[in-house]
Amino acid sequence: MSTLFNYILKIGDDSLILGHRLSEWCGHGPILEEDIAMTNIALDLVGQATTLLNYAGEMEGKGRDADALAFLRFDREYRNLLLVEQPNGDFGMTMMRQFLFDAYRLPLLERLQKSSDVSLAAIAEKSLKETKYHLKHSSEWVIRLGDGTEESHRRVQDALDTLWRYTDELFQEDDAEKELVVSGVIPPMSEIREAWNANVNRVLEEATLTIPTNNWKHSGGRKGMHSEHLGYILAELQYMQRAYPNMEW
Amino acid sequence: MSKKEWPLWEVFIRSKAGLNHKHVGSLRAADATMAVENARDVYTRRSEGISIWVVESMNIHASDPAEADSLFEPADSKVYRHPTFYDVPDGISHM
Repeated sequence: MSTLFNYILKIGDDSLILGHRLSEWCGHGPILEEDIAMTNIALDLVGQATTLLNYAGEMEGKGRDADALAFLRFDREYRNLLLVEQPNGDFGMTMMRQFLFDAYRLPLLERLQKSSDVSLAAIAEKSLKETKYHLKHSSEWVIRLGDGTEESHRRVQDALDTLWRYTDELFQEDDAEKELVVSGVIPPMSEIREAWNANVNRVLEEATLTIPTNNWKHSGGRKGMHSEHLGYILAELQYMQRAYPNMEW
Repeated sequence: MSKKEWPLWEVFIRSKAGLNHKHVGSLRAADATMAVENARDVYTRRSEGISIWVVESMNIHASDPAEADSLFEPADSKVYRHPTFYDVPDGISHM
């Protein structure tokens, strides 16, 4: 089941790293209400990561649980998208990153609900409710900022220009995943891309934002080739477990 | 950057079906949609409710505390308005 292990690791790592990124806002939100909203979403994502990584560990069958996978892997062993490890930047950057991710994650979870792997289907069904709200929240902010003041429009357009190059990676699938598609475990990424395009076009249009025309795209995260940012994230995420092995709290 | 604050909203939560919406607090939001979302995040994160109302605080009209004497004290001396003078027959519970 190593194919399934590898796939679940990818989507579990997405949740973990994005959840960690969002948690960096704790105490720094632009207003109290938004600070709590982002922390809630961070907790949802870390919760999803825990479930997914525990299941990945089961599939692997080497006795690793979510903690072992989160705290004791090196950056090259992480399989998350480059998008989710990008720095928070300003609030517009964080919301744009969240929106581009949520718009991919929602159609993915919707289809994973019908996965031929019943455990994965159950995890997807539970996560979907949370992700629906995440997408609603991030979409509304992208629209509000894009169609807001001159400054908010400029900032969120900058964010889109910066992050757009990481969006192609969302839909890449390797040969092993093509097999999972055939056996009905995961949906074809072309379907996810179609749903993503429709949603992203609609929201960006309402937000009066312009999709960048630069076609050059980054990828590598899914293969363990990360941007320089992931090392810093893991240093903070893993510090306690590395400094005090096997500590519990 | 504008220093103008977002308007204040009062939040009411219904904790379960059949009960009233109760005032739980207030928050700031740019519009009603954001107010409902913020209320969801700030006031229902520990499963406090199943329904949210928000009302912009400026739309709430209150009694004047200075008039409290004339408004509320007259009721104090009218104990007969309370249904406490009835003998409850034996066998009636939950009264």
